[in-house]
Amino acid sequence: MRGDSTIPPTTDDGRVTARQMAGISVGMVVMVGLAFVASPYHLFQLTMLVAYACAVLGLTILTGINGQISLGHGAFFAIGSYASAILMANYDWPYWATIPPAAVASAVVGFLIGFPALRLGGLYLALTTFSLAVAVPQILKVNALEGLTGGVQGLTTDKPDTPFGLPLSSDQWIYLFTLAIGALVFLLGWNLARGRTGRAMMAVRDHPVAAEAMGINLAALKTRTFAVSAMFTGIAGALSTIAVQFVAPDSFNFLLSITIFVGLVVGGVDSIIGALFGGAFIELVPNIANDISKAAPGAIYGLILIGFMFLMPRGVAGALAGLGRRIAGWRPIAEAAPVAVKVDPAPDSAAARSAQRQ
Amino acid sequence: MMIGLAHQITSGIANGSIYAAVALALVMIYQSTHHLNFAQGEMATLSTYMCLTLINAGLPYWGAFALAVAASFVMGLLTERILMRPMLNAPPLSAVGVFIGLLLLINAFDGWVWDYVIKPFPSPFGGSNAVLGGFISPHELGETAVTLVMLVAIYLFFRHTTLGLAMRAAAYNPVSSRLCGVRVNRMLGLGWGLAAAIGGIAGIMVAPIVFLDPNMMGGILLYAFAGALLGGIDNALGAVIGGFTVGVVENLFGAYVVGTELKLTVALIIIVAVLLVKPAGLLGRTVQTRV
Amino acid sequence: MPALLEARGLHAGYGQTKVLHGIDFAVEQGGVTALLGANGAGKTTTLRAVCGLIRAQGEIRLGTDRIDRLAAEEIVRRGVGHVPDGRGTFLELTVEENLRLGAYTRKDRAAVAADVERIFGYFPVLRQRLRQQAGTLSGGEQQMLAIARALLVKPRLLLLDEPSFGLAPLIVQGIFAILRRINVEEGVSILVVEQNASLALDIADHAYLLETGHIVMAGGAAEIRRDESVRRSYLGY
Repeated sequence: MRGDSTIPPTTDDGRVTARQMAGISVGMVVMVGLAFVASPYHLFQLTMLVAYACAVLGLTILTGINGQISLGHGAFFAIGSYASAILMANYDWPYWATIPPAAVASAVVGFLIGFPALRLGGLYLALTTFSLAVAVPQILKVNALEGLTGGVQGLTTDKPDTPFGLPLSSDQWIYLFTLAIGALVFLLGWNLARGRTGRAMMAVRDHPVAAEAMGINLAALKTRTFAVSAMFTGIAGALSTIAVQFVAPDSFNFLLSITIFVGLVVGGVDSIIGALFGGAFIELVPNIANDISKAAPGAIYGLILIGFMFLMPRGVAGALAGLGRRIAGWRPIAEAAPVAVKVDPAPDSAAARSAQRQ
Repeated sequence: MMIGLAHQITSGIANGSIYAAVALALVMIYQSTHHLNFAQGEMATLSTYMCLTLINAGLPYWGAFALAVAASFVMGLLTERILMRPMLNAPPLSAVGVFIGLLLLINAFDGWVWDYVIKPFPSPFGGSNAVLGGFISPHELGETAVTLVMLVAIYLFFRHTTLGLAMRAAAYNPVSSRLCGVRVNRMLGLGWGLAAAIGGIAGIMVAPIVFLDPNMMGGILLYAFAGALLGGIDNALGAVIGGFTVGVVENLFGAYVVGTELKLTVALIIIVAVLLVKPAGLLGRTVQTRV
Repeated sequence: MPALLEARGLHAGYGQTKVLHGIDFAVEQGGVTALLGANGAGKTTTLRAVCGLIRAQGEIRLGTDRIDRLAAEEIVRRGVGHVPDGRGTFLELTVEENLRLGAYTRKDRAAVAADVERIFGYFPVLRQRLRQQAGTLSGGEQQMLAIARALLVKPRLLLLDEPSFGLAPLIVQGIFAILRRINVEEGVSILVVEQNASLALDIADHAYLLETGHIVMAGGAAEIRRDESVRRSYLGY
C-alpha cells in the first residue's frame, strides 16, 4: 500500500493545529445538530454508523497503524455486545454502566489472542483470526452457556429512556449518548496514533528489526495494541446492543468480521478519519445491497476488496487526502510517503526462503 | 464402545482424507506464493456446483466429474493469471484482501446462480446411509479411496516427472529456476490449476455427505488450515498427514469431549496450539543448510 | 574473431538506485574474461543484467542476437549458464534433482547423460552425494554443484558470480583450476566476477576493472596484473 500524503511524524509535535481544531469542531457541531433534524429511523442509522465507526477504528489501530492483520474482529464486537446484553438482560445493569465491562472483557480477550500473535507473522495471525471468526457463532450457541447467552434465541434488552427529563426522544438520546462515547473513543485513538505510542506502532509495522534495535519491546507493544484494538471494537459492540436491544449468535458470524475489514479498506487502512467513512459504509451499503438480492452484499464486498486493493489502496480517506488537504482541515494519520503497510514475515522457513529469493 | 471408537476413527479418516486434499492445495499455493488461499474452499464449492450442473444436464457421473475437475484446473490458471500475478510482490495485506474478496465473490456467485437452498449431491459409491461392515459407509470408503489415489498420483507426479520437479523448484527458488530455463510464471499458473483441481475433487467427494450449499466448504476449509498448519504449512506430506490427523481428532473430540456443537472450536484450538507450541508444524522444518 | 558477448552503454539499477552508469565490455569467443572490483562496484548487477534477471538499458549481444530485452529463462535457452552469487542451490532438493534442473531445457537424453559423466570427472564428490539433500553439502561442494548445474545447460557462455566467496583457499584453487579446464576442454567462454583479483587474473585472458558503476580499466589480464594501481588496491602488494 503506497502512500502519498500524510503528516510526517517529525513535524507533528503532538499539538493540535488550528485547522484540525476547526475541522473537528465543525464536524462535532454537525453531528450533534443532526440529532435534532433527523427522523427516528435516520437517527438509528446514525447511531449504528458511529458504533460501526468505532469498530473499524479498532482495526485501523491494529492493521493500519501496527500492521497486524485481523480477519476476526467480529469476535470482539460480539464479546462487547454480549457483555452488555448479559449485564442488562440478566443482571439489570443500566445501559451506560455496561460500557466499561464490555471494554474490559474485549480488551482481556484481545490481550490473550495477542499472545500467540507475538509468535506469528502476519499471515498466521490472519489465519487465526479467520478461524476465530468462523468459530464464534458456534461458541455463542453452545448449550452449556445457554442460561447466560440465551442460546440460539439470543437476548433482548430494554430501550434506554431519556434521563433527567431532557426534552429529547429516546432515539435522540441514544444517538447523542453513542456520539459522546464514540467521540471519546476517537479521541483516544487519535491521541494514541499521533503520540509516541503511535509512532512506535508504526515503527514496528514498517521496520520491526530496527524498532527492536532501538529498544521498542515488540512483544509488549503488539500485544497491547491488540488489546486496545479489541477494546475499541468491543465498545462498538456494546453501543450497538444498546441501540438495537437484541443480540443473537448468528448476527456475529464470519460476515461481520469481513464487513468490518471491508469498512477498514474502504475508509483507508491507516486513516483515523477513514474509520468514519468505514462506519458509514457498513451502515449504509449492506442494507441497500440486501434489498437487491441475498448474494449482493457478498458480491459487493468482494468487488470492493479486490477493486480497492488494485486501484485505491489508501481507501476513500487516502484518495480524498490526495486530492487536497484543504478539506475541513483533517488529514489521515500515517507515516510519510512512501508507505507500505508491511506485516511481519511468517517465521521460520518462510523468512529464510524469502531471504534466499534475493 | 470399542466399535464406537473404531467407527469414530474410520469416519475420522474418511473426513480427514477431504481435509488432507484441501490442505495439500493450500500448501501448494503457500509454497509457491507465500500466501494463504482463503478462497480455496469457495473455489472447491464452485467446482462442485459445476459438477452438479453437468450431472443434471445428463452426463454420467464420472464424465461430469472429469469435466468439472478440468474446468477447475482452468479456473485456477485464470485466477493466477488475472488476480494473483499482480499481487505477487504486493504487501501481505493486499494479497489477503484479494483472497478474501475472491472468497466473497465466488460465494455470492454460487448463491446467485444456484440459490441458497441446500441440495443433495449424488454419490457414485452407493450412498451414505448404508453402513458397510458397521464401520463406514460405501461412500466414505469410496471417497477415501479416490482421495488416496489422487494423493498418490500427485506425489508421483511431483517426485518423478520433470514438470513436477520444475514446479517444486519454481516454488522453492524462483530465481535459480529461471536460471535453469524454467518458466516460473507458467509453473505458478500450473500450480494454481492443480490446486484448484485438487480442491474440486475434494468438494465433489464431500458433497454427498454434507450436502451442497454456498457455505459448504467453510468449516472444511478451517479444518484444512488446521491440518496444514499441524503438518507444516510449507510441507506437502505434512499437510496430508495433518489433514488426516485433524479428521480423526475432530471426530474423537466431537464424540467424547466437546460434543458436536463445538467441533469448529476444535479446529481453532488446534491452530492456536500449533502456533503456540511449534509453528513450523510436525514436519515443517527450516531446511538443513551449511554455509 | 567477433566477441561472443558484447555489452554497450549498459545502465542498470534497483528502483531509484542506479548502479551501472553506461559500461562497455566484451567476452571473446573461447576466452575467459574477469570483471574485477570491490564490494558494491556493480559486478553482480552486471551479471544479473546480462542473464536477464534485472532490466537494463543499453545493448547486450550474444553472438549476433540482442538479448537485453529477453527474460532470463529465454536467455538460458540461448546458451548462457549463470552460477549466481550465493550459489543459488536448490537446498530442499537432492543433488541429483539439482542436476536434472540444470538440464531442464535439453531434450537429448544421451548427450545429457554423457555430460553428467564428464561433470563427475571434474567434480567426483557430486557422484558420491547424488542422493543427498543439497542443503547438507559444504560450501565448496555447493559451489561445484552450482557450476555443474550451469554446465548442464550446455552453455556457450558461463557466468560466475564470486565463486570464491566463503570458501577455503585450497578449495577455491581447485575450483578455479577446474574452471580453466572447462574453458579449454569444453570450449565454454567464461565471464567471471570476482573480488579476489589475483585468482581471477590467474585464469583470465582479459580483465575489466569496475569502480562504482564505471569501467575504469580494461585490457589483457597480464597487463592489468602488472598495473601499479591495481597491484596496490586489489592485489595487495
